[in-house]
Amino acid sequence: MKTLLAILVLALGMSAHADELMMARITQPFPEAMQMLQDNIRFRDYTISRVQRVDVGLQSGGFQTAEYRIVFFGRPEEIKKLANEHYELIPYLPLNIVIFAEGDDTLILAASPLKLGEFFKNPVLQPYFARWEQDMRSIFNDLKSVDADLKK
Amino acid sequence: MTKLIVLYLLLLNSIPVLAAETATLGARLYSEQCAACHGADGHGGVGVPLALPSFLSSVDDDYLRGTIRLGRPGRVMPGFSKLNNSEIDAIVSHLRSWPHKPSSAKYPHTRIRGNASLGKPLFEKYCAACHGVHGEGGHGTGVTMSRPRNAPILAPALNNPGFLAASSDYLIKSTLMHGRAGTPMTSFLQQGLNERDINDIVAYVRSFEASSPHPSATLLESESPILVQVSTYTLEQTVEKVKVAVGAANLRLIRVQNLDQGFVPKGKENPNQVIVYSCDFGFLNEALKVDPRVGLFLPCRITVTKHGDKVRVMAVNPKRLSRIFNNAELNALCDQMYQVYVGILEEAVL
Ligand code: HEC
Ligand code: HEC
Repeated sequence: MKTLLAILVLALGMSAHADELMMARITQPFPEAMQMLQDNIRFRDYTISRVQRVDVGLQSGGFQTAEYRIVFFGRPEEIKKLANEHYELIPYLPLNIVIFAEGDDTLILAASPLKLGEFFKNPVLQPYFARWEQDMRSIFNDLKSVDADLKK
Repeated sequence: MTKLIVLYLLLLNSIPVLAAETATLGARLYSEQCAACHGADGHGGVGVPLALPSFLSSVDDDYLRGTIRLGRPGRVMPGFSKLNNSEIDAIVSHLRSWPHKPSSAKYPHTRIRGNASLGKPLFEKYCAACHGVHGEGGHGTGVTMSRPRNAPILAPALNNPGFLAASSDYLIKSTLMHGRAGTPMTSFLQQGLNERDINDIVAYVRSFEASSPHPSATLLESESPILVQVSTYTLEQTVEKVKVAVGAANLRLIRVQNLDQGFVPKGKENPNQVIVYSCDFGFLNEALKVDPRVGLFLPCRITVTKHGDKVRVMAVNPKRLSRIFNNAELNALCDQMYQVYVGILEEAVL
């Protein structure tokens, strides 16, 4: 029995990890949460290149809360350099965070940039991924703590 | 003697402090790691509700710890293998701080004797409508929030290796005897089954462990992160061909833009990196119903680049990405999207 459990745990260990996908719940309505997100991205010295709507037809498809956007951002010089020197990265550029309403709350999520390090092993790229990871986590953590303060 | 008293006083003082620290740690970890899916107050979302008194009073701490550690592979709930024991205990105490009838539920880890082959037809009759014929769970997970659903709470997967490893036979039995008030899961004693039937069903559920993981608990194999084709046409011609291929694949063209649009002043964009966005809105809505997080890789995006004198058409590989969602229901959708991308790429360079 013990060995069976141990094998199971090993097998499970390879499957899904909590930190490949960053998620946070903001207990604020969508417009406020969106503002918080954009302010924070800019505060970290990134440029927002576009906010893409993905909610066309959601309401008619039966969704009650249909706000659903993708915020694309990056540092212009960095995007330019990486796109020119590593074309294979382009499908994953620029960085993005998804934001959508769930009832009265808003959820944000992003793929962990460290995941890119698993995809693209070139050592030159790793420092970029590491910093993006750090910045992305900071954005998520900031929003969570602002949210916690607002609730008080 | 004084030393002893001091020690005693120290101990007395430190116990409440420790408890308070655990409480803050638990609340913090819960809000960081769990609230996104289970709701800030445990009322559910992408995940099932955890704050229900009927749930909290009927499961033991072993089950909660095991579930947090192992997650539910292929059913969205990730495993938190990086949290240490005291962190997991802190989260469990946080769950226990929500109102519920305290119970001393501690289920033995021994097997219940039942007849799985008698349990199978009962399972098919009484459970399969919600939990699936193979115990693979409802379509989608968690509770109805903004998404259209056919049940207020979707039934969890019972054939899931994470669930089976975390739960004892007695916990499953107790769930069947008492149900979970406030959820669609009712008491099967009240539905007319007797304790022997219930033991047989428990044995049948346990037998899922012996069969190899059902597709609902498997994730697609790793592959290359991008799909690439080299084009013999010019960049402009290739972009036009991508647009045609997108239409042929029944996707609606949304927008053609340069990668650096929005980053550089208008007119200064690099013409050699072009993105073609398109979408199949029916598909998108289906995918979002299954898992509201898939927008991360939508809308469909084909990139055309000229690097030196090589023109390439590229896309992310949806099969490679499906893993990070830990949602086996997305496998089929990611596979479908993969076929669409491969088709467009091939046609664009033909
Ligand atoms: C009407 C739909 C429905 C039927 C029928 C049903 N269940 Fe459930 N079951 C659920 C839901 C929903 C939950 C989740 C409850 C919650 O959120 O706590 C659940 C929870 C459970 C759980 C706890 C698992 C977990 O991860 O929380 C077990 C075990 C279970 N059901 C077994 C059974 C068995 C065995 C049968 C047949 C005898 C059965 N259920 C019939 C809907 C159903
Ligand atoms: C990415 C979303 C997600 C995250 C993050 C998450 N869960 Fe879950 N959790 C789920 C889903 C979905 C299920 C139900 C699985 C199913 O339907 O088969 C679940 C099931 C559970 C269950 C079993 C409930 C029952 O009725 O038996 C427990 C306990 C649980 N989660 C606790 C936690 C805790 C504690 C955390 C944080 C450490 C957490 N979860 C983080 C999505 C999540």
